[in-house]
Amino acid sequence: MASLREMAAAPQLFAPGHRMCAGCGAPVVMRQVLSVAKKPVVVSCATGCLEVATTIYPYTAWRCSFIHNAFENSAATMSGVEAAYRSLKRQGKLKGEMLFLAVGGDGGTYDIGLQSLSGMLERGHRVVYLCYDNGAYMNTGIQRSSATPRGADTTTTPAGTESAGKRQPRKDLLAIVAAHHIPYAAQGSPSHWRDLTRKAEKAFEAGGPAFLNLLAPCPRGWRYDTAQTIELTRLAVETCFWPLLEIEHGRCKITYRPKQKKPLTDFLKAQGRFKHLFKDENKHLLEELQNEVDDNWKDLESRCGEPG
Amino acid sequence: MVREGAGWRDIPRGGLILSPGNAARYVTGDWRTFRPTWHPERCIQCFLCWVYCPDAAIEVKDGKVAGVDYKHCKGCGICATECPDKAHALTMERDEGERGVEV
Repeated sequence: MASLREMAAAPQLFAPGHRMCAGCGAPVVMRQVLSVAKKPVVVSCATGCLEVATTIYPYTAWRCSFIHNAFENSAATMSGVEAAYRSLKRQGKLKGEMLFLAVGGDGGTYDIGLQSLSGMLERGHRVVYLCYDNGAYMNTGIQRSSATPRGADTTTTPAGTESAGKRQPRKDLLAIVAAHHIPYAAQGSPSHWRDLTRKAEKAFEAGGPAFLNLLAPCPRGWRYDTAQTIELTRLAVETCFWPLLEIEHGRCKITYRPKQKKPLTDFLKAQGRFKHLFKDENKHLLEELQNEVDDNWKDLESRCGEPG
Repeated sequence: MVREGAGWRDIPRGGLILSPGNAARYVTGDWRTFRPTWHPERCIQCFLCWVYCPDAAIEVKDGKVAGVDYKHCKGCGICATECPDKAHALTMERDEGERGVEV
């Protein structure tokens, strides 16, 4: 495990000068993951903020091979790249090891790219799929996705007199991914960089398909001050809204347990997208959301067993 | 890199960008409204600002944090928030730099 000083001394594959918003969580996640890529890496991005804002022609923020593709096929494209690499290796036309990283936002992963992700996992390509989850279609203007938390105000689930934000709970993507019985799947948060980079290392070394679901706050969509990005991801973990866990060959493990579980409202009240939940008429929703988090955590604990 | 005014013959096939990471030549520092100031005498070299910066704008020289890259820093303030309280080596002030010139 490298220290931050050692990580900073290594070549940085994600360059500054990209056009992601100030305070965006996605580049933080990308920088942390790429900092542990010890071999040449090929990256593909599903359409989304990260793709369009890092590759505005004639510039690119990627100091590695990068391949464009459409919204739904980041995983399919990278499957092809990895298959071509294996073929070239077999023919003796390529030497050395390479890493493959398919990236998508929650829209490109939970919704639009779900079939290509499933195909990639099932065929067993040695690709790491990274989902940076900001919980809505932020790139097109904050439309709800299946990763949007219940109660969140988005432009397609606007909070008002007739609605209290999104009605449905988040999709449990990690469980769907785990059901493919792949070698490694994990959920991480940039606030816990040591945990996140260790998971990224494991994913790159999994020897088969691996999946990382990483929390990436969006100051515009979540409606908070840009300086609070990392603090929010920390709150998400400390309230158990975003449990840190990994599933290695089917064995589920909680990698971080908050010493004192914080109330979910600590996470919610820091964001404008949940502001309406604190009105008197919506107070019951707060309770329901807290129960949801408690139930999920209990369920997780029963699946993972006692700490140790 | 493709320069302004280049004709179609000058552009690589498929619109490929052949200089990886050339975004570093693009200045995003003029987005800033607030400006982080680094106080070296208080810095404890924990590198937390470095790992949490979305813009890779914390400069590292000879294995040490050496300041802020104002060409790229967008002034989000994450570094100042995450700098440990006991150090308080990064503070945010209103950026008085002339837009687009002083970065």
